[in-house]
Amino acid sequence: MTDDSGPIHPLWLRVTHWMNALAVVIMVMSGWRIYDADPFFGFIIPKSVTLGGWLAGALQWHFAAMWLLAANGLAYLACNVASGRVWRKFFPLSARAVMADVRAALRGLLKHDDLRAYNAVQRAAYLFVIADCVLLVLSGLVLWKPVQFPLLRELMGDYEAARRVHFLAMAALVAFVGVHLVMSALVPRALLAMIRGR
Amino acid sequence: MPNPYRRIALDGEAVVKEALRRLDQPARRAFLRRSLTLGGLSLLTGCAIVDEESVERALMKVSRLNDKVQAWLFDPTLLAPTYPESMITRPFPFNAYYKVDEVPEVDASEFRLEVGGLVADRHAWALEELRALPQTDQITRHICVEGWSAIGKWGGVNFGTFLRRVGADLSARYVGFQCADDYSTSIDMPTALHPQTLLALSFDGEPLPPRYGFPMKLRMPTKLGYKNPKHIEAIFVTNTYPGGYWEDQGYNWFGGS
Repeated sequence: MTDDSGPIHPLWLRVTHWMNALAVVIMVMSGWRIYDADPFFGFIIPKSVTLGGWLAGALQWHFAAMWLLAANGLAYLACNVASGRVWRKFFPLSARAVMADVRAALRGLLKHDDLRAYNAVQRAAYLFVIADCVLLVLSGLVLWKPVQFPLLRELMGDYEAARRVHFLAMAALVAFVGVHLVMSALVPRALLAMIRGR
Repeated sequence: MPNPYRRIALDGEAVVKEALRRLDQPARRAFLRRSLTLGGLSLLTGCAIVDEESVERALMKVSRLNDKVQAWLFDPTLLAPTYPESMITRPFPFNAYYKVDEVPEVDASEFRLEVGGLVADRHAWALEELRALPQTDQITRHICVEGWSAIGKWGGVNFGTFLRRVGADLSARYVGFQCADDYSTSIDMPTALHPQTLLALSFDGEPLPPRYGFPMKLRMPTKLGYKNPKHIEAIFVTNTYPGGYWEDQGYNWFGGS
């Protein structure tokens, strides 16, 4: 399953990971400012954690960083599929294995010795966040171009439904990032491996 | 009108030219790269970002590139969804850069719509003449750049029909609008000729009320709200980028849905 020669994470993975991190920070922070212009869930996001200063600035950041997010995301998916890494690292995966690893993790028994192999919770979490980013891009396309992408618009329900989908997908992404940051703080070797490859 | 957001209007093309010139300088590039690091980002949050001139110019440049992408994506035959009368949002929201009690009052009997630029017939139109042209209506979703949307019913003259009637140069790049509330905007010719682009004279079956843009607004379900000018006094066809009230302050020019 694992190849012990070479880096733990190939260079393309590390580059796309950090580019994605940058894009996500810009997209989320500017997105919060855009949400604040019409806070449909009844609460606003504190301006101090938003990007862009005002609505037009936030929109400019959002519609600039979207190119980075999309291009980088496509490069990541292409490399992942072409190298076969996606099958080696994320599969096999079963609900039973995820539940077993969750139970082990909660009892502090989940080992993190081999950074080359993802446990079932990691596999599920990373596959989830990939799908979530795809959903963010697709719902975002509907918000940007509801008339030009009729099929996507109908898939989301309508324009207003797409706004909710986009926000909730953002919330799921932010929740993932929160857990992801805690885990990398608990296992600093994993953070180093994502920077140095070793 | 006093408006906290109003800043000095910028000539769009000049901004892009200047941004391009500055981007060519290696020091500028290095600065942009540095300012785009994560650490730099955290310093640039909140209001600080709009003060950062070079970042603002770079973002404006991307915004103009996005205009081109949107023009390329725009399918002139694709129609915005239409809705039944039962789905009309009542009351339909009022929105402008001023409050509802500052809505301009236009005298219908005195009113003449000016038509200028690259058109054959420059005669000014009385409201009765516009009402005598073939009328059509639509129930479509108005989407504001702020994110909210509302469904309304607009009636009036197909704008393509009007442009052909005045002998407009349909190969020109822009159609610009000057409004009685000192608002202005401009659109691309393909959108001007879109079958759902309407020179709206009525709202919900009644003559367009002042708060919704009397005597007329341009209704385009293929563009965001700020691209749909109200209280139109003058229409001009041009090849020179005309910009607009919000566009000059940083809102995307194409603003298409």
